[in-house]
Amino acid sequence: MSSVFIHSTYAVSPQLSFDTLLANPEQYKGERFSCKEPDYTKHIDPKLIRRMSRIIKMGTAAAMECLLAAQEKSPDAIVTGTAYGCLADTDQFLTRLVEFKEELLSPTAFIQSTHNTVGAQIALQLKCHKYNNTYVHRGASFEAAMLDALSLINEGDAEKVLVGGVDEIIEHSHAILRRFDLYKTDGSSETLIGNATPGTMVGEGAAFFLLDQNKQANAMAKLDAVQTFYKPTGAITALIESFLAGQEVYVNDIDLVITGHNGDVRHNGHYDHIARSLFANQPAITYKQYCGEYPTSSAFALWLASNILSTGKVPGNTAAASPKKILIYNNYKLNYPSVYLLSAC
Amino acid sequence: MSNEQSVYIAGTGVISAIGNNVTENLASLKAGKAGIRAMQRLESVHKNTLPVAEVPLSNEKLAALAELPAYISRTALLSAVAAKEAIRNAGIDLSQWRTGFISANSVGGMDKTEDFFPEFLQDAGKGDLQMVVNHECGAVTEIVADALGVKDFVTTISTACSSSANSIFLGARMIRQGQLDVVIAGGTDALTRFTLNGFNTLMILDQEYCQPFDENRRGLNLGEGAAYLVLVSPKVAATLREQPAAQITGWANANDAHHQTASSPEGKGNLLAMEGALKKAGLQPSAIDYINLHGTGTNNNDSSEGAAIAQLFEAPYPAMSSTKSFTGHTLGASGAIEAVYAVLAIREGLVFPNLRLQTSIKNLPFTATTTLEQKEIRHVLSNSFGFGGNCSALVFSKVLR
Repeated sequence: MSSVFIHSTYAVSPQLSFDTLLANPEQYKGERFSCKEPDYTKHIDPKLIRRMSRIIKMGTAAAMECLLAAQEKSPDAIVTGTAYGCLADTDQFLTRLVEFKEELLSPTAFIQSTHNTVGAQIALQLKCHKYNNTYVHRGASFEAAMLDALSLINEGDAEKVLVGGVDEIIEHSHAILRRFDLYKTDGSSETLIGNATPGTMVGEGAAFFLLDQNKQANAMAKLDAVQTFYKPTGAITALIESFLAGQEVYVNDIDLVITGHNGDVRHNGHYDHIARSLFANQPAITYKQYCGEYPTSSAFALWLASNILSTGKVPGNTAAASPKKILIYNNYKLNYPSVYLLSAC
Repeated sequence: MSNEQSVYIAGTGVISAIGNNVTENLASLKAGKAGIRAMQRLESVHKNTLPVAEVPLSNEKLAALAELPAYISRTALLSAVAAKEAIRNAGIDLSQWRTGFISANSVGGMDKTEDFFPEFLQDAGKGDLQMVVNHECGAVTEIVADALGVKDFVTTISTACSSSANSIFLGARMIRQGQLDVVIAGGTDALTRFTLNGFNTLMILDQEYCQPFDENRRGLNLGEGAAYLVLVSPKVAATLREQPAAQITGWANANDAHHQTASSPEGKGNLLAMEGALKKAGLQPSAIDYINLHGTGTNNNDSSEGAAIAQLFEAPYPAMSSTKSFTGHTLGASGAIEAVYAVLAIREGLVFPNLRLQTSIKNLPFTATTTLEQKEIRHVLSNSFGFGGNCSALVFSKVLR
């Protein structure tokens, strides 16, 4: 794979911005994080804002801000990853369907319930007639979108690709998911990582990236490689080692490792083992204390890494100033180990 | 096009309202036998008013065919039946190759979630959680990927009604780029009350049997099913006992960017997708022998698809038909089901009829084929358009010897 550049990125997340995350991160208590929503009127027609559910607004705003930062109006492709899709619209239509016994339903929620709605609304806003695709593969949804974007660039079908990961929490989905014993009831973002109790805190967010085959003047980072594995049976350390070897990168070349530790004692050992056996001497940070755990959280990690490379500032670790090479490792529910390698540019 | 770039179709599998396998589907297509009838299996208040194209098998019977438990989502059961047929048909030992499973669906395990919901709405602590564990679109794919033992690449696409056309070209592209050797690509969807009521609120369901590309069309009938192609590289194709009859030569994905659910009157997205697919295949429009239309039977789809074809093609127009007149609109499965039919059209030298067409659309300079036609088919264009302006087109070509 030839590398591409991250020209710009924007995230609607439980944090207000990269600057506030550095200075004074938003803290959350209980079971979940929730997004700090921006002023949507800047990017979306007020009439549409009323009709759109939260995930559509968050996704559209993140995409528009990302494009604005790059002064780009017409990407060659829009690729979205979402594990759960438009939950609020799905829930609303399904609830009414049950309550009104399949009668007197209005189409709006159904229309907006399809998983490709975020990508479609971005295309509509931009009047973008180009390639548009949506990946819905659980903890590898964003990775699949990213791999499609890179493959499109390699194929010569696109030079600039807008790619993003979006997922939302709604009351009903949370009420169901919490019954699976996934979350701490008395969680705290300040003490989440390294916590010795079962359960994590659930998060949400929308992060978009403008990938560019060419290096633009204000490019934020170079994305050297991305890889994801599906329920691998062998040692994950060996997979990461072979990923690095494929990039001709030595562990010592990596200035910062960002791992997906989520504070669930059932997952800590996995991440600790990888950190200890591969990256014992590398400065490392975690990211889920800022955004929570969710299937497309690696998009938040990539947003964080892009900002770290472009500013030289590392949240929560002043020792690792101005890293030039970052590795991100996340493994949602320990089924989808994913690695990203980025460099300063 | 060099041989190195070719992506061959080594196997096909399909289950739909007109048959549980490829042989049965082909027999129904040849006999002009539609699968649309009064609702038998789905529990809905619209049972007596909205005809549908259901797969006649119960979940228990599907589970036996799929070799999976009957309690899992029907979407996964349909998927497993078709994917297993495709692999058997290809006769490939998957463990020898870097293999991917790329599936698509529109509502995942919604058939189970909508049965779970009434009890859950009464009390958030109630409802059997086993019914929602596979709600996610990706969960349905994983059940089948795990049953097939595919590990090298597994993903799911959901772009409404164009979903599985996208999974097919992604598979082709990954093989062409040398990332995988074999890809089982396609899609699946089971009928659900969620989808039925959704389309009903849009007032685009036909209370009679649909009449795609008819001047007096009234809407679509929903269907269900699944289909997969086994796509292989030239290296894998060289090891096959039987040489493939067809290859995928072109594809494109474009967006109409007109409205969340309606197509633009001129069919801009449709036109861009067809043009892009022909360009990738290196073909002129005149090389296309058969167009398998998206042809849902709604006023809006058929007029904009027709307008786009009228802009791109000229007389003599290629033969064209909507096989949704047989299978109903199977949503996330339709692109893959129709891809299997495109391969059959090439292999058998057949144009399948567009059933129930009485009056051609007045302002279009062509009409769909109404009878089974035997002729050599070298190139088929297959259209798939969906909500969100998602438009995809695929080109399948005969392998010349």
